[in-house]
Amino acid sequence: MSAAPILSLAWRSILSRGVTALLTVATVAVSVMLFLSVEKARHGARASFENTISGVDLIVGARSSPVNLLLYSVFHIGDATNNITWDSYQEVANAPGVAWTVPISLGDSHRGYRVVGTTQGFFERYQYAGRRPLRFNEGQPFERLFDAVVGATVARQLGYQTGDEIIVAHGAGAVSFIEHDLNPFTITGILAPTGTPVDRSVFVSLEAIEAIHLDGATGRGTARSLEELEAMDLRPDQITAFLVGLDSPVGALRLQRAVNTYPREPLQAIMPGVALAQLWQVVGAAETTLAAVAAFVVLTGLISILISILTSLNERRREMAILRALGARPGHIFALLVMEAALLALAGALIGAGLTHGALQLGAPVLEARYGILIAGLAPGLTDAVVVAGVTLAAAVLGAFPAWRAYRQSLADGMTIRV
Amino acid sequence: MTRSAASPTPGSAPAVDLEALRFAYERKGPDVIDIPRFTAAAGERVFLKGASGSGKSTLLGLIAGILDARSGAVRVLGEDLSALSAARRDRFRAERLGVIFQMFNLLPWLPVGANIVLPGRFSPARRAGGLEAEGRRLLTRLGLDPQAVWDRPARALSVGQQQRVAAARALIGRPGLILADEPTSALDADSRDAFIALLMEECAASGAALIFVSHDGALARHFDRAEDLAVLNRAGLAEAAS
Repeated sequence: MSAAPILSLAWRSILSRGVTALLTVATVAVSVMLFLSVEKARHGARASFENTISGVDLIVGARSSPVNLLLYSVFHIGDATNNITWDSYQEVANAPGVAWTVPISLGDSHRGYRVVGTTQGFFERYQYAGRRPLRFNEGQPFERLFDAVVGATVARQLGYQTGDEIIVAHGAGAVSFIEHDLNPFTITGILAPTGTPVDRSVFVSLEAIEAIHLDGATGRGTARSLEELEAMDLRPDQITAFLVGLDSPVGALRLQRAVNTYPREPLQAIMPGVALAQLWQVVGAAETTLAAVAAFVVLTGLISILISILTSLNERRREMAILRALGARPGHIFALLVMEAALLALAGALIGAGLTHGALQLGAPVLEARYGILIAGLAPGLTDAVVVAGVTLAAAVLGAFPAWRAYRQSLADGMTIRV
Repeated sequence: MTRSAASPTPGSAPAVDLEALRFAYERKGPDVIDIPRFTAAAGERVFLKGASGSGKSTLLGLIAGILDARSGAVRVLGEDLSALSAARRDRFRAERLGVIFQMFNLLPWLPVGANIVLPGRFSPARRAGGLEAEGRRLLTRLGLDPQAVWDRPARALSVGQQQRVAAARALIGRPGLILADEPTSALDADSRDAFIALLMEECAASGAALIFVSHDGALARHFDRAEDLAVLNRAGLAEAAS
């Protein structure tokens, strides 16, 4: 039994059912578009999540859990259980094999955005999305004591430009009752979007953090003059965490063990990649749910094909009897209906995939600029081909149901057309 | 026209030869068909008169090999259908038979031309002879302008025109036997006579035998021979549908 004559019959039969076929195809197209969009969003989210930090071999903080340390040091979610001493930091920083370290001091915020006390090294060392360095959209790193650098989201949301003055508040909340308003900071630089928590951060020097807490941690800041402050030794006693880069990543495990068993203070070192993967296992559950919902929407689309074919079956008994009289085998009738279902699904899936990628292309500049999601990673690929093929195949399998009914009918009807 | 080597040449075997034929729709149900003997010679044009429920559509289904006899022999164009598998019977029908129904003979979503050459999709043998040229020729002979109707959708034609297209399709590829199930019941008296005349003419020209069933005994005068199904069929039970 050759399929080609039946295939072209199936195609013409679909074309003749114009509006119904169009609506069915539209249903499938929309469902496939939703599914692919969710898939792309999953991929994008996962990629940008895993790309949050790179080029860092270890993150060291107070002992808690790896995920917790990752959350507060990189994602700025939650608070550190404890600080670590400057001495411990220095000891690790001077350990053999350590190429560089960047300290981080957290605890203050600006209008809901975390303030990160760090060094200029942060802007050189912090990398994301496969070793992409931070770039400045405007200005430069902080140099003087009360200079600040803001992330792209902070600048966009709050409308900041270089030269603007900002007040840092104590604590992490969006509304704080204690503001260090005696010591306003001047924005010297605005970072380019990265799609990472960096976008939502304000960076100042470690010394500045120390300075605004000199006269009581919860006060309005310090009234001392800038000259006086700059003459002082503002080296902090404690920091929250620090990033470590090694000469060779091979030494990471050994150093991690050394840090974790450090005798004078309960420290903890984590490898960002490992901790990110652990964290994703938690976050990923929601993502799986979303994908399942989208898959069910696709199933709904497929069922709509089934409905449209089943409802047409009775009025088409005549057609089947004609085909039988012309020598079509019951298998031909079966194939005709299966192919109609598959063709409807194929058309819908292709249109859905086309629309998804069309929308992605249109949205690419916004996605990259605002969220740092690279469209290149979402280009049409194997996933799309698999989804299109899968939907078509599933429709063919589901189409076997009306096809089987038509097959039975055509056997029972013979040439007698009973309507 | 190609014929498979095993088949007898037209004229040597009867077009239809039924013997002790019995058929029922349900396994244990009553016989719908019980015909001790019926024969139509090759090229013969036979009128079968049958009222609604006399089993005429069922009989045509048996001759076409779509229905499977309970017992007895169905020999068509020298081929014993009861000895063939269902698939072989379908193939036999595609290659050697032409069928015309009462109405709605055409797939409404195919153009006229595609409807006419449709049997070729299921029969390589029937496809061999330049189907489109033959289809156009048949249309012309049946009084339709191929130029005007070939690419028109079938549903755009009048009932009378559709029946003539159906006749062209039944005749295409020179089948040995045409089965016609009340093909004129939807036509008015004038077009009915014209249609039958054309059909007879074309059957004669291609040498095809014709089994024409109708409830309208007045049509019998056009044919070589007329039989009454009520007499032939001893079952005589009401059929589920006519």
